[in-house]
Amino acid sequence: MGRVVSAAITIHVPGDASALSVGADGVARALEAEAAKRGERVSILRNGSRGLFWLEPLIEVVTPAGRVAYGPVTAADVPKLLAGGLLTGGAHPLRLGDINAHPYLAGQQRLTGARLGVVDPTSLDDYVAHGGYAGLKAALAMSPADVVRTVTESGLRGRGGAAFPTGIKWQTVLDQRAPQKYIACNADEGDSGTFADRMLMEGDPFSLLEGMTIAGIAVGATQGYIYLRVEYPHAARALARALTIARARGFLGDDVCGSGKRFDIAVRLGAGAYICGEETSMLESLEGRRGEVRVRPPLPAVKGLFGQPTVVNNVVTLATVPVILARGAQFYRDFGVGKSRGTVMLQLAGNVRHGGLFEAAFGMTVKQLVHDYGGGSATGRPVRAVQIGGPLGAYLPASQFDTPLEYEALAARDALLGHGGVVVFDERVDMARMARYALEFCAVESCGKCTPCRIGSTRGVEIVDRIIMARGQVDPNGAEAADLALLDELCDTMFSGSLCGLGGLTPFPVRSALRHFRDDFQRHR
Amino acid sequence: MTAEAEKLQPCVGQALARFAAEPGPLLEILHAVQNELGRVPPEAVPLIADGLNLSRAEVHGVVSFYHHFREQAPGRFVVQLCRAEACQSMNSRALEEFVRGKLRLNFGETSADGRFTLEPVYCLGNCACAPSLMVNGELHGRVTPERFGELAKEWGVS
Repeated sequence: MGRVVSAAITIHVPGDASALSVGADGVARALEAEAAKRGERVSILRNGSRGLFWLEPLIEVVTPAGRVAYGPVTAADVPKLLAGGLLTGGAHPLRLGDINAHPYLAGQQRLTGARLGVVDPTSLDDYVAHGGYAGLKAALAMSPADVVRTVTESGLRGRGGAAFPTGIKWQTVLDQRAPQKYIACNADEGDSGTFADRMLMEGDPFSLLEGMTIAGIAVGATQGYIYLRVEYPHAARALARALTIARARGFLGDDVCGSGKRFDIAVRLGAGAYICGEETSMLESLEGRRGEVRVRPPLPAVKGLFGQPTVVNNVVTLATVPVILARGAQFYRDFGVGKSRGTVMLQLAGNVRHGGLFEAAFGMTVKQLVHDYGGGSATGRPVRAVQIGGPLGAYLPASQFDTPLEYEALAARDALLGHGGVVVFDERVDMARMARYALEFCAVESCGKCTPCRIGSTRGVEIVDRIIMARGQVDPNGAEAADLALLDELCDTMFSGSLCGLGGLTPFPVRSALRHFRDDFQRHR
Repeated sequence: MTAEAEKLQPCVGQALARFAAEPGPLLEILHAVQNELGRVPPEAVPLIADGLNLSRAEVHGVVSFYHHFREQAPGRFVVQLCRAEACQSMNSRALEEFVRGKLRLNFGETSADGRFTLEPVYCLGNCACAPSLMVNGELHGRVTPERFGELAKEWGVS
């Protein structure tokens, strides 16, 4: 008998873009080099991120007792880690143990993101072993109308920001008679403070492909497009790999899983235009034109891509569909509160100690998220404001942190959930400057089609500039009151007169800053 | 003829051959040309317009609409600095000042020696590791002025 060769020990080192941005590749290289030097056999597996970004790079060693996590690990830590028994899950100041038991993860309900950081994003077998493609299998055994009904009954609403009931949108497309229908996935995740789409595409790409395939089968579409922002090169590579694998294994193509039904997906890259996250602008861009918004009606569900009925959903929405089909509408709608059913992928970002992905049933308060799980500001200074829902979302002051994170409660406070991004600011934030930035961003990204957005944003920047310049000065002529009134009126015009959400929602951050942080705009401080 | 001018015809030709039959192919073609040449030269516009049976104005309109497409050649290192809110909350404005000073560039400028281009970017999806920047497609998070100084040293900027 030959000598026993010990099997290589698997170490998970995230290949997620955020993990890479803080040195994960260096850690992977150091692990390989150092293990070779020590004569130890390791096999590095590049998983997605679990979403506990303050602990990245977070590595996990597979031991007989389960996965043992360490983080945040730098390349310089690796020699000592290996010497200290990393490969057997040995003690070390960076040892976190079973990461699922970490309060940040234990407090979550991961449905859409259940496989993030767990599976190998390049392995379809791993995806299936963790419940993947069970939803498609269930859908293929149902009638298209029943698939749509299941999605409707789950209570799923579009997670891209508009929160429109997904099942109703699908029903509209199903009801259309057309030679061709499309599924268009909006992966133009442009809101600051959001990264859930990116994490899913990089860390669990098959879930998006499965969701799109289910959508295609449900409404009778044979072609899907993923409109991916060019700022996400890592996601582009992950999707390309996953598409090749899914096609080779018969999960996409002319005969999806032997059902005789056809569905395929192509990735189309955007080109750095925030407005293309607006659905009609995205369709224009997919058709190869300037991303100028279309006037609605007709709705994309009736006349969308290339004039055909089109389901437009964002990544999180589509990636949530498989779990709904696999476990049933009732299972999903049992999470959440009121009209906000299921789980929401909150993204905690900015000046916060424990930033990351937090998927939980709708209804937790801002305070729970930012303070209990987020640990307050990264700088240790008092938290003054959060902006929820990206650059078009309102700022909430600390006095309103009891607001539950769900659609209706936020709307009642003139705020919106958007794509679920929560950006934290400490006491040093200058809210007049943030209001100015909101208007400046609108001016930079306006498609130019309608006047309130194109011109209003620039006039708004000028007004806020005047207000900022005049701070601390005397005001004999009442110029301050005049400027504030003018800004308010401008916000009215943009809100009521813009064609789409860019011009129409820019007043949200501006007005919330004015309402809750008036001092920052005033002359005598 | 410059090296680029020689490459222009075959590059556009290949992109057209590959994508022209697809629905709505213009952005795909522009990406292919820019990936190959580093920019979309104004001379490419009439060639693409001919190939797709579009007017030059339509093609130029698309090139100029999108921030990503550039008519001028970029520097060897394209530094894209995030200006969005999450990065601002982690003091990216100070980083911005530092980077501008270090590279002696404003946003949208390329250094005279052709080494650097500095561009603003609005969110890189790295908001829990702010502030962020991307250099030639490589993402960097938790960037402090000190960290940027180290990166700049690797590029030969002291």
